[in-house]
Amino acid sequence: MLSGWFVALVAMAYLGLLFAVARFGDARADAGRSIISANLYALSLAVYCTSWTFYGSVGRATSGGLSFLTIYLGPTLMLLFVGVIIKMVRISKAYRITSIADFIASRYGKSQLLAGLVTVIAVVGIVPYIALQLKAIAASLDVLFAHSGGAIAWWGVDSTFLIAAVLALFTILFGTRHLDATERHEGMVAAVAFESVVKLAAFAAVGLFVVYGMHDGLSDLFQRAAASPELERLLRLDSGRAGTWTALIVLSGLAIVFLPRQFQIIVVENVDESHIRRAVWLFPLYLLLINLFVLPLALGGLLHFAGQPADPDTFVLTLPLSQGAEGLALFAFIGGLSAATGMVIVETIALSTMVCNDLAMPWLLRSTWLRAEKRQDLSGLLIGIRRVAIALILLLGYVYYRAAGEAYALVGIGLISFAAVAQFAPAMFGGMYWKQGTRAGAVAGLLAGFAVWSYTLLLPSFARSGWIGGGFVEAGPFGIAWLKAQALFGLAGLDEISHCLWWSLVANLGAYVAVSLHTRPDAVEASQAERFVDVFRHAGRDAELRLWRGKASGDALVGLLERFLGVARARQQLAAYARGRGAGDWRALPVDAGFVQFAEAELAGAIGSASARVMVASVAQEEDLGLDEVLGILDEATQVRAYSRELEAKQRALEAATAELREANERLRELDRLKDDFISTVSHELRTPLTSIRALSEMLHEDPRIALDDRVRFLGIIVSEADRLTRLINQILDLAKLESGRAEWTTGEVDLGQVVREAMESLGQLYRDKGVALAADIPAAGPVVLADRDRLTQVVINLLSNAVKFVPGGSGRVAVRVAAEAGRVRVEVADNGPGLTAEECGTVFEKFRQGGNTLTGKPQGTGLGLPISRQIIEYFGGNLWVESLPGQGATFIFTVPLPAPEA
Amino acid sequence: MANKILIVDDEPNIVISLEFLMKKEGFEIAVAADGDEALAKVDSFAPDLVLLDVMMPKKSGYEVCEALRADPARAGLKIVMLTAKGRDTEVAKGLAIGADAYVTKPFSTKDLVVRVRELLGGA
Repeated sequence: MLSGWFVALVAMAYLGLLFAVARFGDARADAGRSIISANLYALSLAVYCTSWTFYGSVGRATSGGLSFLTIYLGPTLMLLFVGVIIKMVRISKAYRITSIADFIASRYGKSQLLAGLVTVIAVVGIVPYIALQLKAIAASLDVLFAHSGGAIAWWGVDSTFLIAAVLALFTILFGTRHLDATERHEGMVAAVAFESVVKLAAFAAVGLFVVYGMHDGLSDLFQRAAASPELERLLRLDSGRAGTWTALIVLSGLAIVFLPRQFQIIVVENVDESHIRRAVWLFPLYLLLINLFVLPLALGGLLHFAGQPADPDTFVLTLPLSQGAEGLALFAFIGGLSAATGMVIVETIALSTMVCNDLAMPWLLRSTWLRAEKRQDLSGLLIGIRRVAIALILLLGYVYYRAAGEAYALVGIGLISFAAVAQFAPAMFGGMYWKQGTRAGAVAGLLAGFAVWSYTLLLPSFARSGWIGGGFVEAGPFGIAWLKAQALFGLAGLDEISHCLWWSLVANLGAYVAVSLHTRPDAVEASQAERFVDVFRHAGRDAELRLWRGKASGDALVGLLERFLGVARARQQLAAYARGRGAGDWRALPVDAGFVQFAEAELAGAIGSASARVMVASVAQEEDLGLDEVLGILDEATQVRAYSRELEAKQRALEAATAELREANERLRELDRLKDDFISTVSHELRTPLTSIRALSEMLHEDPRIALDDRVRFLGIIVSEADRLTRLINQILDLAKLESGRAEWTTGEVDLGQVVREAMESLGQLYRDKGVALAADIPAAGPVVLADRDRLTQVVINLLSNAVKFVPGGSGRVAVRVAAEAGRVRVEVADNGPGLTAEECGTVFEKFRQGGNTLTGKPQGTGLGLPISRQIIEYFGGNLWVESLPGQGATFIFTVPLPAPEA
Repeated sequence: MANKILIVDDEPNIVISLEFLMKKEGFEIAVAADGDEALAKVDSFAPDLVLLDVMMPKKSGYEVCEALRADPARAGLKIVMLTAKGRDTEVAKGLAIGADAYVTKPFSTKDLVVRVRELLGGA
């Protein structure tokens, strides 16, 4: 049996647990070891699922079937536009945005008017939603106590009021525990992530109980439902309601970012942009899981309570209770409490920040009292204002609940709030992507949208509660039919939500665009527009800094920071800023535009950008930059960006050119080294014969008594070495000419067979002297090529004289073959000498390399014959190479292309 | 007893001229045409001085010089490098690895004889 005290105790214990989680999160954040991970962030987004989800979805499913899903499809679709959310987060971080009101106000020139307007819309729009949470907790308590009969006397006080008071107390403890009034609350995020898990587990537990405890699984449940024509309708998709579906998807998609608590969690509390990418799939998964059992619960409740008066909104509790599962019912109650608490805490914290920064501060800043207290630390005052705001917002929620709570089912109330925050969409999206959007446009759009929303949705809900006459809904004001509140301009046939969404967004967007196009932004607006829309390009802040000109006293700015942030935190932030600028002490920093912007951003984190602007302006003598000047600077910034891109491109080109030059230089160096080597080698080759010539001639010259046969021998050597020297010099010059392209060529028709025969004839004596056999295989009328006859002769003689040099005397054989093949003539000179290794086959064509000299001693050659021959053959478009294996002789082959046959 | 000189060069005509020149000066001569043969002849002929060409097949003159200098038993052996490569770095290299003199080709026969006598004269 659940006694009232026991339930109260469990509820308080659970809230205590949430508080402990939050304390832990705060402690870790203070220690610099944040526990906010991507998963935690994604879970905290589930603050979207309030008691409205927990109880109301089931209620909606009992009447609307699958349409409850739209509220969850919208957010899933919205998260697909992850780039939009990342941009929002980037802007908010850059400019220390504290709330959605702050975001919109900051974008349109840090306007206090806009900030206040957005705050009013948010508070008016959200109060019913908070009332809804109170109603849900009260209703769930009623169910538990009605069942147990154990309602306790709350000292004569309404239990809902007590709930509101407890929630206010907890919210104050959660959100404003810190003395420093910054915009982020890690402990709260951790607690919300925790409660998200609890509510999911509780809902799933009840779902499993209904499906598997009360029925034999899903198929059993659905079969029974299908048997009833009334319930069967719920399982079908109703195409007649497609318009409603669309409206609900759009509404909930906008709500997932624009509800103050969602903006707080997604944007303000985000610590790492990469977390968003995780949330994009994890959060929709969460939504899927929590919606899995909605329809089974609805069907199970309708089946079980068929014919009895039962509120579908409390099926989650009444179904377990009807089976005597009190423990499960208590768990479900905790789940519902959890969902309501999470929503109330985050929503009121977000709203209280807005109320404090955007309503209370502007008023205080103007009041004479604050001016009188010039030196006082105001951070305590800020916290105080927020605490009062929290209490007031919950009180408003309670009042609304008392007054209107019975008029609507849970879902009905929630959608009113969704439609209210949807009014922020044009100003938000326009502000992020459309530089022409102006403050006047945003104000006009918001006012128009808010007015239409009030007239078509809020006032009719009042009328339904009986506060005001319902005539303007039934017949139109003053009987004007086309002004009927829920059929404006004759647009009937839509449900009230779609009707409101359509007309309010038409009015809102229309006014925003039309007024924006007809107004000129002032200087601050123009620069803010640039900063927001181009946030991804504003990495360099030069232009930013130039957008502020004036004089400010460092003491005054530091005084401001200390007043609003508290002395300790102000000093801490100043020290961090000084470190960032590479200065040891902030007192040493110049009070320049950068410093002013730092101070303003820090202030904005505490009191919102609009109030921060006012405060900074109050202590600094600022030069007013005209709109044209601002636009000039921004334009210049754009040009500078273009120039710097150009410059980058030029620099890249220059670097490429430098690299090319370096490469060319490298090549030149290499060539120089090769030339150096070549000269060194040439001089070596010239010195060698010269050595014998000089030594022998000196001896002959100095000693006339040398024997005659020695004289003859020495003179013979001198003559042959002189001859070698001459050949060497000729070949070096020849090669130099070939390589530099200055050789003279006499090109004509040459009978290659004839050339080879003549060469063989001229070397015949040499072969006969050494006893080497020379065989030939040459066509009678040799192939004719276009070439220089003397040069070709030079090549063939070189090959033949090489061959005879390397074959053994007496047994040596050399075979020459000339043959025409496809498009070219092939000449082979094969010998039976020592052959060449694979390596030597390449090196013999290098200058001054002489192959195969191990058997026969040093061969008599210049080492230039083959390189010259190759140059010649390649000049005529042919190839010269050698095929050989060691010990099996060598075959030198060259080809010369045949002239193309004449057409 | 006449001093013994080993002539190491792969150019036959240079060997002929050096052999004739040194014999005429009264030295006892042996000849080697490459590095390996040179080392063998140093063992068998035991020369007092080696006229060593640098650019040779199998083992270069530098390698022969290093091998000879690595043997403490031959500390008294004089080595004269003969080379057609006359760049400063090559001269320095030859001296660094222990040659007693470095003579560039083509050389003056008179100067060469003077250098050889100087090197051997102390002994």
